[in-house]
Amino acid sequence: MTDTVSTQSDDTRADAPARNQWWDVWDQFKTHKGAMFGAGFFIFVILGVYLGPYLWTIDPTYIDIRARNSGPTMAHPFGTDQLGRDMLARMMAGGQTSISVGLTAMALALLLGTLVGVLAGYFKRIDGLLMRTTDLFLALPLLPLLLVMVMLFRQPLSASFGPETGIFILIVTAIGVTSWMPTARIVRGDVLALKEREFVLAARSIGTRPGKMILRHILPNVMSPIMVSATLGIATAIITESALSFLGLGFPPDFPTWGRLLFDATDFMQQHPERVMWPGLAISLTVLSVNYMGDGLRDALDPRIRGL
Amino acid sequence: MLTYTIRRLLTAIPTLIFISLIIFLLLDMAPGDPTAQLPLTIPPEVREQIRQSLGLGEPVHIRYLLWLKQMMWSEPMYYLSQSTGWFDPPEAARLISWQTRAPVMDTIFERLPQTLKVVGLSYIVGVLIALPIGIISAYKQYSVFDQAGTFVSMIGFSIPPFFSGVLMIILFTVMMPNDSFFWFPSIYDTTLVVDSWENFGKQVRQMVLPVMVLALQTTAQISRFMRASMLDNLNQDYVRTARAKGMTESVVVLKHVLRNSMIPVITVIALGIPSIFGGAIITEQIFKVNGIGQFLIVSIQASDVPSVQTLTFIFAVLIVLFNLIADILYGVLDPRIRYD
Repeated sequence: MTDTVSTQSDDTRADAPARNQWWDVWDQFKTHKGAMFGAGFFIFVILGVYLGPYLWTIDPTYIDIRARNSGPTMAHPFGTDQLGRDMLARMMAGGQTSISVGLTAMALALLLGTLVGVLAGYFKRIDGLLMRTTDLFLALPLLPLLLVMVMLFRQPLSASFGPETGIFILIVTAIGVTSWMPTARIVRGDVLALKEREFVLAARSIGTRPGKMILRHILPNVMSPIMVSATLGIATAIITESALSFLGLGFPPDFPTWGRLLFDATDFMQQHPERVMWPGLAISLTVLSVNYMGDGLRDALDPRIRGL
Repeated sequence: MLTYTIRRLLTAIPTLIFISLIIFLLLDMAPGDPTAQLPLTIPPEVREQIRQSLGLGEPVHIRYLLWLKQMMWSEPMYYLSQSTGWFDPPEAARLISWQTRAPVMDTIFERLPQTLKVVGLSYIVGVLIALPIGIISAYKQYSVFDQAGTFVSMIGFSIPPFFSGVLMIILFTVMMPNDSFFWFPSIYDTTLVVDSWENFGKQVRQMVLPVMVLALQTTAQISRFMRASMLDNLNQDYVRTARAKGMTESVVVLKHVLRNSMIPVITVIALGIPSIFGGAIITEQIFKVNGIGQFLIVSIQASDVPSVQTLTFIFAVLIVLFNLIADILYGVLDPRIRYD
C-alpha cells in the first residue's frame, strides 16, 4: 500500500504503463534499420517455408518427367529440376529442414554453452576443469570432425530412427556439440562479474540456494549475451548444415535441404545456372538477415548504447 | 617470455595427446572394413591375415599407442633420415593408407603444395585487401566508404564459400565468352608445370577464382577487426599528443595509430590460418584442386581410416600451433603484456 502512495505522489512517470527492460530493448532494436529488415526477412522465410506448402500444394517429390528442366514458368515459378520436380516446392521443403536444423542445433549449442558457462562461472571448484575442456574443444578441427562423425554414425542412426529422423538427430547433435564453446566462454565471463555484485550478495545473505540463485538472479542477467550468440548460432548452424550437404555428407539425396539442392544443381550449372541461384540465395539471404538481426540485437541489448 | 613459451609448449603436449585420443577413438568406431573392397574370391583365413597385417588384431589401447608412436616418432624420423642422411630410416612400417596402399604422409606431402599455393596466396591477398579497408573505414567512420565496407564484409560473412564459388564459376566460366580476357578456368590443373611465361599466365589464371573465393572470407573478417582496433586507438590520448606536437596526419595515423592497432590484428591473422585450411576443404572440392582438403573428403568417403586420422590430427596440430604462435606474438609485440 505504501508503494502505491509513494509512486503516485512523487514519481512523474506514474501514468506511464509499467515497462520492463525488454520494451526498451525493442525500442532500441526498432531504430536499427538493417536489423528490422533482417528480422522481417527472417520471419518471411520462416512463414514461407512452413506455411508455404499449404498454399503451393505441389508435392516436392512428385516427378513430372515431361516438364523436366523447365525454366521459370507460370506452372513452375522457380522452374523444375532434371526429373521434373517443382523447384519452388523443393525449396520450401528444403528450407523447412535447413531452418529446423539451424534452430534446433542452435538451441542445443546454447543449452550446452549456457550450462557449462554458468557452472564454470558460479562454482569455482569445477571452473578449471570445464574451461580446459572448452579450450580443448576449441582446438579440435571442427569441419573434419563433423564430416567424420556424419560418416560414422549415419548408418546406425538411420537404421534405428529411419533415414530422415536419424540424419536429423545426427546433424543437429554434431553441430550442437561442436559449436557451444564461444557461448560458454562469454557466459562464464558475465557470470564471474555478476557474482561480485551486491544483489547476489544480498540474495545469498537471505539464504538463497545455488540452484535458485542461478535460475532467479544469474540467468536473467546473462540473457543478453545468450540472445546475441543465439542469432549468430542460427547462422553458423545453417551454413554448417549446408556445407555438409554440399559435400555429399548430409541428408540423403531424395530428401532436399538448401545445401543439397545447391549441390545437385551444380551438375547442371552450365545449362541451368538459375537453379543454383535459388538455394544459394536462400542460404545467403537468410544468413545475412540473421547476422543483421544479431548486430541490431547486440546494440539494443547494450545498455551503454541504448537510450542515446 | 622464454619461460612462458616453454610453459605453453609443455601444456600443448597433453592437449595434443588428448585430441589424438579423441580422433583415434572416434575413428576406431568406423564401420568400414579395409578388406571390403578386395575380391570376394579371397578365402576367409587369408582375409583375416590381411586384417592382421594391417594391424587390426590388437586391442584398442595397444593400437592407439602404436599409432601415436608412429605419428610422433617413426614418421618424423623417417623424413629426417631421408632429408639429412645422418642415420638409417627407422625399422617401423610406414602409416599406410587403406585406399591407395601408399604411405599417408607421402600423399599428404604430394598434395600440400597445391593447398599452400591456393590457400596461402588467398590468405595473403585477403589480408592485404582487408588492412587498407579497415584503416580507411575507421579513419572515416560513418562515411560512405565505411558503410560500403561494412556491407561488403557482412556479405562476406554471410555468403558461404560453396555458394560464392559456384557463383564465380557461373559468372566467369559459364556466362563469360571463352575468348574474353575475364574468362577463367573453373578446374584447377595440377599437372601444369610452370616453365614458361605462357604457363605462368595459365597458372595465375587458374588460381584467380579459388583465391577470390577464399580471400573474400578473409577480407570480411580481418577488415572488421582492423576497423574496430583502429577505432579503439584513434580516440586515445597519445593520438592527441602526437597531433599537438604538430605531426602530419599521415604520420599520426600510419605510424602511431596503425602500429598500435596492428597488435590484436596480427594475433587474429595468426589464429585464422588453421581455420582457412578448414575452409579450403570446401573450396578445393568446388574447384577440383587436389590439395589436402580434397584428400580428406576422398578418404572419408572411402572409409580410409589411417588417412583421415592423420589429416585430422595435422589440422589439430595446426590449430594448437597457431594458437601458441598468436599468444607468443601478442607478448612479443605488446610490451605492456607480461606473462611472467
